[in-house]
Amino acid sequence: MLHTVNKSPFEKNSLDTCLRLIDDSSSVLLIEDAVYGALENTSISDKIKKAQQATKFYVLGPDLKARGLDKSSLISNIEVIDYKGFVTLTVENDKIQNWL
Amino acid sequence: MPIEVNGKSFETDEEGYLADLSLWEKDLATAMAKEDDIELGDDHWEIINFLREYYEEYQIAPAVRVLTKAVGKKLGKDKGNSKYLYELFPYGPGKQACKFAGLPKPTGCV
Amino acid sequence: MEDELESGVVKKFLYVNRRAPHGTVYAHEALEVVLIGAAFEQDVSLAFIDDGVFQLKKEQDTSEIYTKNFSKIYAALEMYDVEKLYVDKDSLESRGLTENDLSVDVKVIDSKEMTKLIVDSEVIFNF
Repeated sequence: MLHTVNKSPFEKNSLDTCLRLIDDSSSVLLIEDAVYGALENTSISDKIKKAQQATKFYVLGPDLKARGLDKSSLISNIEVIDYKGFVTLTVENDKIQNWL
Repeated sequence: MPIEVNGKSFETDEEGYLADLSLWEKDLATAMAKEDDIELGDDHWEIINFLREYYEEYQIAPAVRVLTKAVGKKLGKDKGNSKYLYELFPYGPGKQACKFAGLPKPTGCV
Repeated sequence: MEDELESGVVKKFLYVNRRAPHGTVYAHEALEVVLIGAAFEQDVSLAFIDDGVFQLKKEQDTSEIYTKNFSKIYAALEMYDVEKLYVDKDSLESRGLTENDLSVDVKVIDSKEMTKLIVDSEVIFNF
């Protein structure tokens, strides 16, 4: 199952709740303001790294670029995808849960 | 009301500013000026081009006060004053020149 | 307030920016208000707190999300005589950013200084 999050984890608890309620077969895609959650050296990056042990993380490239960020500022092993990759993920997963 | 130039139609807002600045072309500026009874000379084009560059860099159409200051910095004091700019663009160098340049109405122009 | 503005009374204005850019319209709207307000020639300061610090991140490029790249406007504030930009140190640090990540000259201040900035202001706008 694919979970998307679109809110900044520094402002809203959407990412927190998502991470609390997903199972091991799930992937998480960070889009819009949630891409800030993929940043390294922040107050929440340890939480993401811990979740990475069981969960694969993706982040939407165009949303990163818009915010002046790129792969070099992210936690390692978070995969940057484009819109095509987004479509592929949605097709590959039977269900999508959007944590708005 | 759209403006027709060279057989093409350009959408504008209710005040005559070009709806999509990426579609701007020189003939459109000439046509807009003609409607205001102005024939564009080199001095007009210098300011119009300056405004387009300014917008590209800062993403805003400058208020007249800011335009005057910026023109003075770039093109010299003899051009960076309201007398010079108002002679070129009598309806207001902010509003009118921005319109010809295809920019939106200046921010902070009330 | 309108009468005072027209009579030339200068007040300390503070715009408090606490939202990330692009995901919501707050940051862009704040800039519009600052630019319009600049015509009144007041003593203007901008504070960037919480996710607001992300507004000033360098090298923002919105071409692939098809919105206006309003981050370029921050560089024009100086020409509107808006020169006092304050960034909350804690907010910057907890987001993995340093002053070098920012696109314009700012003053990074601690909580105590931010408190004073807020307390000393006469008119505050929040975004």
